[in-house]
Amino acid sequence: MRFQIYRYDPDKDDKPYMQEYDVKLEATDRMLLDAIVRLKQQDDSLAFRRSCREGVCGSDAMNINGRNGLACITNLKDVQEPVVLRPLPGLPVIRDLIVDMTQFFKQYHSIKPYLINNDPAPEKERKQSPEDREMLDGLYECILCACCSTSCPSFWWNPDKFVGPAGLLAAYRFIADSRDQATNERLDNLDDPYRLFRCHTIMNCVDVCPKELSPTFAIGKIKELMVKRAV
Amino acid sequence: MSKNRIVVGAHYGLRDWIMQRVTALVMLAYTVALVVILLAIPHDHEGWRHLFANHAVKVFTLVTFIALLLHAWVGVRDLWMDYIKPVGLRLTLHVLTIIWLVAAFIYAVNIIWSV
Repeated sequence: MRFQIYRYDPDKDDKPYMQEYDVKLEATDRMLLDAIVRLKQQDDSLAFRRSCREGVCGSDAMNINGRNGLACITNLKDVQEPVVLRPLPGLPVIRDLIVDMTQFFKQYHSIKPYLINNDPAPEKERKQSPEDREMLDGLYECILCACCSTSCPSFWWNPDKFVGPAGLLAAYRFIADSRDQATNERLDNLDDPYRLFRCHTIMNCVDVCPKELSPTFAIGKIKELMVKRAV
Repeated sequence: MSKNRIVVGAHYGLRDWIMQRVTALVMLAYTVALVVILLAIPHDHEGWRHLFANHAVKVFTLVTFIALLLHAWVGVRDLWMDYIKPVGLRLTLHVLTIIWLVAAFIYAVNIIWSV
């Protein structure tokens, strides 16, 4: 199988370049990650992240034939040759397919991604009705792989100011949580032309999400709550 | 400014966002009404002149121009916010955009009200 892979080692290379590979696959190689691991046996200088190899950890997010996705759950049957692999767009490259996610996680942390509840903790747990729990479906499943935020032009232009689809989905996950008591503070935090309203609803995020979540829905809900609060 | 500053919203943005949606509806209503009316009136200068001599038409037209101005303000401002990084240049472009939009509106008033 033929590959074109983005290579860049800042210690050795002046600038990034694309390297061609031809990899002989084994019968057991079914996912794109299998092929990249096979390729690393050929050329161990290639750097990439991977961990769980089953679409749960989000480590092996990369740009596959121009589209962000997880290598481990991308079937080799579904990719066109030559497979062009690049690092996630818009983030600084550390080496080859590895990007610096600092900016992404800074935005994630800025929305306080944890339950805020000032009531004394009950003996066992804070309970929710099945209906309240259902509100979190489609939100809690996010694995923070950054496929969505790095496919969003608004995040490319303003990664320091725009929270991005992943961060906003997480923000709504806590706004929607019946156990959370900081809805107003969370909405205040996002009432900003950059932090929330850089989203122009182009839905690249929904298009690429490997978990099939909809940050656009979450962003719409946040705006809806802001309107209800303000009008 | 400390790099560890607490992140909080600027407390504006929602109004601009709603304004852009509402003004879009006003422009849509005007466009539909204008198309319907233009199909109904005689297709000559006299018909056109007669239409815009009507005060309701003048007022609706100018309300739509105000909607257009506000809509374009948010849209063009968003462009500068997206792509122009130096703050001084961005502020200059903001001011020029406002002056241009207000000037265009005054010119529109002049034309519509002179019919």
